[in-house]
Amino acid sequence: MSAPLLAVEHLTMRFGGLVAIDDLSFEAADKKITAIIGPNGAGKTTVFNCLTGFYKPTVGRLTLSNGATHYLERMEGFRIARAGVARTFQNIRLFPAMSVLENLIVAQHNELMDASFFSLAGLLGLERYRRAEAKAVELARFWLDRMGLIDVADRAAGELPYGDQRRLEIARAMCNKPALLCLDEPAAGLNPRESADLNVMLREIRDRHGIGLLLIEHDMNVVMEISDHIVVLDYGRKIADGAPEAVRNDPAVIRAYLGDDDDDDNDGAGADGAGARGP
Amino acid sequence: MADGAAPARKTSPAVAILREAGLTAAVAFALALPLIGLRGFTRGGAMVVETRFEWLAIAVAVVFVGRLALIGLRHAIPRLRRAVAAPRRVGGHAAGLGSQIERYRVPLGAAALAFVAAMPFMPFADRYIIDVATLVLIYVMLGWGLNIVVGLAGLLDLGYVAFYAVGAYSFALLGTTFDLSFWACLPIAGACAAMFGLLLGYPVLRLRGDYLAIVTLGFGEIVRLVLTNWVAFSGGPNGISGIPRPTLFGLEFKKRVAEGQTFHEFFGIEHAGVHRIIFLYYVILVLALLTNLFVLRIRRLPIGRAWEALREDEVASRALGINPVNTKLSAFALGAMFGGFAGSFFATRSGFISPESFTFIESAIILSIVVLGGMGSQIGVVLAAAAIVLVPEVLREFAEYRMLAFGMAMVLIMIWRPRGLLAHRRPTILLHGRAGGAGGGGQGGP
Repeated sequence: MSAPLLAVEHLTMRFGGLVAIDDLSFEAADKKITAIIGPNGAGKTTVFNCLTGFYKPTVGRLTLSNGATHYLERMEGFRIARAGVARTFQNIRLFPAMSVLENLIVAQHNELMDASFFSLAGLLGLERYRRAEAKAVELARFWLDRMGLIDVADRAAGELPYGDQRRLEIARAMCNKPALLCLDEPAAGLNPRESADLNVMLREIRDRHGIGLLLIEHDMNVVMEISDHIVVLDYGRKIADGAPEAVRNDPAVIRAYLGDDDDDDNDGAGADGAGARGP
Repeated sequence: MADGAAPARKTSPAVAILREAGLTAAVAFALALPLIGLRGFTRGGAMVVETRFEWLAIAVAVVFVGRLALIGLRHAIPRLRRAVAAPRRVGGHAAGLGSQIERYRVPLGAAALAFVAAMPFMPFADRYIIDVATLVLIYVMLGWGLNIVVGLAGLLDLGYVAFYAVGAYSFALLGTTFDLSFWACLPIAGACAAMFGLLLGYPVLRLRGDYLAIVTLGFGEIVRLVLTNWVAFSGGPNGISGIPRPTLFGLEFKKRVAEGQTFHEFFGIEHAGVHRIIFLYYVILVLALLTNLFVLRIRRLPIGRAWEALREDEVASRALGINPVNTKLSAFALGAMFGGFAGSFFATRSGFISPESFTFIESAIILSIVVLGGMGSQIGVVLAAAAIVLVPEVLREFAEYRMLAFGMAMVLIMIWRPRGLLAHRRPTILLHGRAGGAGGGGQGGP
């Protein structure tokens, strides 16, 4: 059996006395969508920040196996991105003053830098760089087409409506040619139609582009519909791990989402799932 | 006044205006009473207080009338602004002076270039005008250089003059010690300045915004203080004199030289001091244009886009695999290099340099050129540099008021164009060609 695309082993992250993540282990497989869910403050985004090098984990090993083996916990953020982990952010982080197309070209920075010998070939106007740039534009055009952003390609990214910005951020991450795409609440703030489109798109990314997806999401419709595998966190600890069917019936998960009482809240999609299974 | 307003609740505009002006006058009265109304001085060892109530009355009256005038203006300005803005809207959401100039940048640039190239031979061009134009071009070049650091990479650098000084002193020392010519020293001076750029860049990598500004400010002062106090090295406050003048392929601009030919002998023309001035003008023109070409070009290359991405969002840039250390250092080094070039030109132009030429005010002027011009805008830098050099020159007759007027002009620009004269940013690459990009595509989306 070959190694999973991403293996998280005994990940622990402490901030002073606060234990944000406590001995978390899980795996994310290639060509599968793995979702991390949990109540607010469960440590989901912290996992992402450890994975993408924004935090150095206190303890633990994060292994990315895409041909080569990378130990992410030792690497700097920008090297992790080069190794093949791309991410989006909970609160969108585009380059707002730059055009939509430029956002996608910047995502291909490293390839272009290599092609242009650190921009030198471009400075001298060599053919080599022009070809590389044309290729980068082609990839950008593909994703703009896919995301329905082709008409606004030359507008400043910051001027786009919210839903477009979300899709642009995913397109930008894909232009980085990742092996693992980490999406931090991609459906946040989307209307039901946009959210349904997102489902289709994420499946397509998994099936057509053959990469692994790691997803943090609150919208249970999205999570239950598209995930192949779900990891549930509560207070930084893993309380469940498995297929969507198994997770939605897990008593520990229901308790974490609903509390011990039958008090409801708007995150009660876990209960929806349980209710649907009941009769 | 008050009882007229209270019962009706709806005060008539005249009363409201009078009340506002009256209130302002009252504040002025309270402030001016001790400051203007009473004047204390000593006479024969005793303290005497003199009253100047007529002055006080004048001051309060001026404030009252001035306030009325301001209120009038306040009502007039929005109407004026609407009148000015209305036709502008038509061009699309990104319209405005900046995009207007951007649209015609090719013919405008060509015309400006032709004018600048022919300038020294125009009838009005005398020694003074060419000298001032040279000064403008020095600041244009410095502005373009600093634009790399501040405008593109978004790193607020308040110590840019340090690199200018490094360039000037590298050339001055090499030129006077080893008898090297200006052209041989120019690349060395640039390299020295770039090295200092790295030296400054490395410790401040983690800093942003205000913190970065303070450290760079300190760096600029350190360089100046070292140059002032290390007498054995830099001559201290006495500076360095006898710096070699530039030559045109070995032809000197002197009346006669010991060996070889001078410029006027070679071309068989009368010797004139203005030849050297004109030559210097062309040297800085070429240097500045090279800087411009470089910046325009590098903006469209991966490294230039990475600078802008880093300015826009450092976290997102890192998540895309951009190495923030190398990217920032390259911005510091390249920006510094052009500062160094300009510095060695400054040294060869004046023939004498001392630390006095590299005070903080120079950094501030260069930074204001970049900010006034509109961060990242190349044409904006030219306009701002011209304004900043020319306004004090034009106002020279007003002696001590010229800096006041200069400050006023800057305040006004920042009120009316807070993002700089030309704040329009043109994308470095367009998918839909020029038509789609000019007005932002005109909401073509489905």
